[in-house]
Amino acid sequence: MRVKYFAWVRERVGLAEETVEPPADVRTVNDLIGWLSSRGEAYAYAFEKPKVIRAAIDHAHVKPDAVIAGAREIAFFPPMTGG
Amino acid sequence: MSVTATIRIQQADFDVAQEIAALSKGRTDVGAVVTFSGICRGSENGEPIEALALEHYPGMAEAEIGRHADEALSRWPLQGLTIIHRFGRIAPGENIVLVVTASSHRQAAFEAAEFLMDYLKTNAPFWKREESEKGTSWIEARDHDDAATARWTKP
Repeated sequence: MRVKYFAWVRERVGLAEETVEPPADVRTVNDLIGWLSSRGEAYAYAFEKPKVIRAAIDHAHVKPDAVIAGAREIAFFPPMTGG
Repeated sequence: MSVTATIRIQQADFDVAQEIAALSKGRTDVGAVVTFSGICRGSENGEPIEALALEHYPGMAEAEIGRHADEALSRWPLQGLTIIHRFGRIAPGENIVLVVTASSHRQAAFEAAEFLMDYLKTNAPFWKREESEKGTSWIEARDHDDAATARWTKP
């Protein structure tokens, strides 16, 4: 699946997007945050406060317990400040 | 008659008068047009800024605003709806966002515009970064914006 990062999450990870293949026991958005965090210091820094991070699956907001199976694109970003 | 919202996510500026005319010119069924323009301030928390840089999530921005536009059209009797949100570097005094609602009567137009702006603030995937002589920093989300959005939630 494709993972995208925006705003300071993107800056901390150091990537705008990447393709990942998490193991089968990574079932939810929260699991994915945990798995990404284990991939290195930059990820751990980006996700150090997981409660602040918002997520979207295929262009729609989702909660941390959302199941990621079948997702084409998952995005992580800080709370939005548009308008 | 079904109404379709016009939604544009663009780098370029927009002309408020032109957008109002697009919804009301030559029509006799529109009795009220409400516009909200969001404009870049020259200071943030009392400190002068040089510009805002707006990052967005292409694709999701259109989809998310489209979902809220559809909800506004289902909740209020609107005859026209335009939403424009800019991205990129925006200098103080320049436009950031525009919501235009047209209806037979003012109440629907006022309420729908306010509903849409509250949702744009908290749910549309845009992030503002301020540029000042001290450097750049991401603007933090405000709790009162979340509270403003929550009041529109149906029981």
